[in-house]
Amino acid sequence: MDIIVCAKNVPDVAEADLNISDKGTDIDKEDLVFGINDWDNYAIEEAVLLKEKYGGTVTAITVGNEDDEEVLRRCLAMGADRAIRIEADDISRFDSFVISKILSRVVKDLQFDLIFTGVLAEDDYYGMVGMMMAEELNINHANMITALEIEDGKARTTSELEGGLGEVSLIELPALLTIQTGINEPRYVSILGIRKAAKKELKTIELPDLGISDEELSPRTIIEEAFLPPETEGAEILAGDPDKISSDLIEILKKKGVME
Amino acid sequence: MSELFVIVEHRLGEIRDITFEMLWKAGELAETLSSNLTAILIGHEVNSIAEKISDRADKIIIFDDEGLKNFNADIYKEIISRLIEESKPTLTLIGNTSWGMELAPCLSIRAGLPLATDCIDIISKNGNLIAQRQMYSGKIFANVSFAESDGYILTIRSGIFPTDRIGDRQAQIVQKDFPLKDITVKKNFIEFVETAAGDVDITQAELLISVGRGIGEEDNITIVKELAEALNGILSCSRPIVDKNWLPKYLQVGTSGKSVTPKVYIAVGISGAFQHLAGISGAGTVIAINKDPKAPIFRTADYGIVGDLFKIVPVLKDKILEVKKGG
Ligand SMILES: Cc1cc2nc3c(=O)[nH]c(=O)nc-3n(C[C@H](O)[C@H](O)[C@H](O)COP(=O)(O)OP(=O)(O)OC[C@H]3O[C@@H](n4cnc5c(N)ncnc54)[C@H](O)[C@@H]3O)c2cc1C
Repeated sequence: MDIIVCAKNVPDVAEADLNISDKGTDIDKEDLVFGINDWDNYAIEEAVLLKEKYGGTVTAITVGNEDDEEVLRRCLAMGADRAIRIEADDISRFDSFVISKILSRVVKDLQFDLIFTGVLAEDDYYGMVGMMMAEELNINHANMITALEIEDGKARTTSELEGGLGEVSLIELPALLTIQTGINEPRYVSILGIRKAAKKELKTIELPDLGISDEELSPRTIIEEAFLPPETEGAEILAGDPDKISSDLIEILKKKGVME
Repeated sequence: MSELFVIVEHRLGEIRDITFEMLWKAGELAETLSSNLTAILIGHEVNSIAEKISDRADKIIIFDDEGLKNFNADIYKEIISRLIEESKPTLTLIGNTSWGMELAPCLSIRAGLPLATDCIDIISKNGNLIAQRQMYSGKIFANVSFAESDGYILTIRSGIFPTDRIGDRQAQIVQKDFPLKDITVKKNFIEFVETAAGDVDITQAELLISVGRGIGEEDNITIVKELAEALNGILSCSRPIVDKNWLPKYLQVGTSGKSVTPKVYIAVGISGAFQHLAGISGAGTVIAINKDPKAPIFRTADYGIVGDLFKIVPVLKDKILEVKKGG
């Protein structure tokens, strides 16, 4: 079973105070900590689990600059056999359409039974690279996978639907699956593990060498303006020390009839 | 006259709310753009679904066939791309749902039309189309424009637009056939599976105390559980807690979990992603405890506590027990 996993390096914004960049079309990323997109972390884990079960290879791919290699090193440490980075200094000039063109072009020359991407990326939230690749490559596909088994050379997938419903399908390989969080428990990666994996193959491909036309490298969507959310009335903030806050909160709970 | 397409989403014989929401927005746009509004309904025995939207579209194109009983993105893609080729609609709206997220990108490549997903608004200004979306977990908004094209595909986030009817329409029904045998289907639907029910039903709870990723470690959940017990409330959670297997799926609140309607909902260490918020739109009072003052949850909560949950929750629990004992 040969599996390709597409992964992206994204900034962690959970507790960050975000500012709009000078250009006005993105955020300032200078002070942010980057890491593997959460969904991709589950995707690489799923690929490695399958490899451990059925043998074969796992190849991790990203489009990005040298810093983004960290994502690939992590994938290698988790069990990928080799990694490919398509060199692009500033991927924010590309949209999902262009990224899917680039990835499809690279993947076309590789041997694979399965391609995994995350359902979506935490930064842009588009969630379209995977399915665009499937169409580009003209292969079978299924979305938002929360369970996967291989049966007689076919994939038995469970896709997550709204409201906790799962849709089970049987798909012929090769196929592209977008992986949903919770499908497995991604393994822990130690610094030592990353250091050990440094011996594994990490190849860099220059974008011009792929021979993709300018037309295909021009984005279909353009961010005109990024901005902080419009002000809303928002929550009434309870201030003070934990003692004072607790007393105020208890009054509210009593008033709302959930505490005597 | 230009045309707008809305792809009807339905499941197990029921029309999905996202369909009404898209028809609402498309109805509004049809006015400003002087366009015809066409709903596309693909399925089997779908007349009752067509009836539900017959006063919300100018035309309903129905593809009814036994072979269309289950959703299949490839079949939808073939049918819709043919229609797009014939009618060249300015806009095609699809729900940003699990199914829509599979269909739209494939259709975009197939039809050669630009796509923006998960849109929360569509603005048509001087002939230019702007899609409004959110990025970075809802902390940033973005206005997106498109490369010049005959038409555009947008997927629409659930729960943003009203489910009401807008304008006065009387749909002309057009039945069409599609040569299904020309499509080789390589993905076969097997069955639907439900989430296993648990010993508590959070949809029935009056008071929910919900824990999110801010809790950090599995063992720390105890402090939130103790708060719930002190209040005689029920413990629930956000998705990452279930993904990590720290709590069972039936306690998850949100689009892929449960929609809840407690009198009071206390969110502890939850950022307020829209998939989570969608599950608490029916809650009475929302109280959020989060150390990030910019967390989106504070935009919808009624009361907020900005601070470290580990400092606040234990004190709150003790105080509640004290009050209860005293009273
Ligand atoms: C298709 C799909 C379906 C989904 N369905 C659901 C769903 O049904 N339900 C759901 O919840 N999510 C769902 N999600 C995931 C959703 O997008 C978010 O990733 C998720 O809701 C985030 O959970 P969280 O708020 O607990 O974690 P985070 O977003 O990581 O937020 C943690 C918060 O804790 C705060 N925090 C950290 N430490 C502390 C501290 N010491 N004290 C106080 N606060 C602290 C942080 O400031 C942060 O705001 C879905 C996603 C997709 C793509």
